[in-house]
Amino acid sequence: MAEWTRVCPVDDIDPEDVIRFDHAGRTYAVYRAEDGTAFATDGLCTHENVHLADGLVMGDQIECPKHNGRFNIKTGQALRAPVCINLKTWPARVVDGHIEIEV
Amino acid sequence: MTVTADSARDYSLTGVDTERAKAEGLANADWYHTDVPRKVMKELMQRRDGPAIRDTALWFALLGLTAWGGVAFWGSWSCVPFWFAYGVLYGSACDSRWHECGHGTAFRTQWMNDLVYHIASFQVVRNPVSWRWSHARHHTDTIIVGRDPEIACMRPPNVVKLLAAYAGVYGMWESLVGLVKNALGQLTDGEKDYIPQTEWAKAILAARLHMAVYAATLVAAVAWQSWIPLMLIGGPRIYGAWHMIMTGLIQHCGLAENVTDHRLNSRTVYMNPVSRWLYWNMNYHVEHHMFPMVPYHALPRLHEVLKHDLPVPNSSIWDAYREAIPAVLRQARDLNYAVRKPLPPTARPYQEGATNG
Ligand code: FES
Repeated sequence: MAEWTRVCPVDDIDPEDVIRFDHAGRTYAVYRAEDGTAFATDGLCTHENVHLADGLVMGDQIECPKHNGRFNIKTGQALRAPVCINLKTWPARVVDGHIEIEV
Repeated sequence: MTVTADSARDYSLTGVDTERAKAEGLANADWYHTDVPRKVMKELMQRRDGPAIRDTALWFALLGLTAWGGVAFWGSWSCVPFWFAYGVLYGSACDSRWHECGHGTAFRTQWMNDLVYHIASFQVVRNPVSWRWSHARHHTDTIIVGRDPEIACMRPPNVVKLLAAYAGVYGMWESLVGLVKNALGQLTDGEKDYIPQTEWAKAILAARLHMAVYAATLVAAVAWQSWIPLMLIGGPRIYGAWHMIMTGLIQHCGLAENVTDHRLNSRTVYMNPVSRWLYWNMNYHVEHHMFPMVPYHALPRLHEVLKHDLPVPNSSIWDAYREAIPAVLRQARDLNYAVRKPLPPTARPYQEGATNG
């Protein structure tokens, strides 16, 4: 059953940035938007198995570091070739200055 | 000439070397990356519109000016320098614009990347759909035999073909044949391998549009009884492609195949400012392959960050050819030969073998 899991203090992630979070045998990408809102997606690109946490966050998009494919970090929608398959998203929130994701 | 039989290559994307690359973990492998602090990398990856708008405006202005000169002085020797410059601006600079906009890194604004990408794809006679996928594969499996569709220097080398490439005719012919096949609804086995099936129809449509423009150009040339339409459209891919070939061949030729460290299979070359502008800094080729997210205008800064971990760059285009030509000629006798450059004492050792296998 999914439960809220603490990731890190919110200040550990720069505004408009992403970190990699490994938990229970799975890897996630956890984002802090410019306005401080938190988001989470699967950690690996759907094109090839590359960690999105090495990519670049631009507004509500993450660009994959390997072939510059893009996803919307809120919806997981694939936005730019060579990614064609949407990314799975996970609920995320900020509680007591910490980011939590429900996984 | 003696060629080692056990090292014969199959560069097709569906042959024995494809299976070998997969079995040895060379397909989709984990590649070596120099450690760069996240903050520094984030700063280097930042997108801007300014540099590419400036360069593109200058590019179009120069194209317009040189085309005007070529047409205005047609029939006299005075037109030659104009066509020479127009040819390089069209038939060579298009390659770097195609490349950088294909990565989506030239401009911050995506529609600008897409617009310039489509114009440059047309100029360089590449199907804008299929080449996007081919280039993604080139980055996944750089110079992995049986996987990379963009290996320019195959072994044993075809020296006549490499020399003919400078005349532009060979590349143009190959590109046109590919486009005609696509326009007729045919995709090669290789294209079917690296283009997802959902994109096949788009690739065919793009080829038809490109061929329609070429057909219109031919009709105009015949109707006006003039070479000028062909000098302006299509022709520069032949007579102006030499700079693209000159810079493109030294990206990887003479270096290693089937490795997972771009320091072993790519070459960084210091170049004069004009060539760097035409080539949009792709002379920093190890840097580009290691971090394709970094836009062309930030590659000189990326080079400064990485150079403690890279072999010493070639000092000029000439220096790169002095290294590459003997290596390629030696590969005619010894298929397994490749230049292996010493690393500076500050560098981490080369990554040997595949790491995902
Ligand atoms: S691995 Fe992410 S775009 Fe290719």
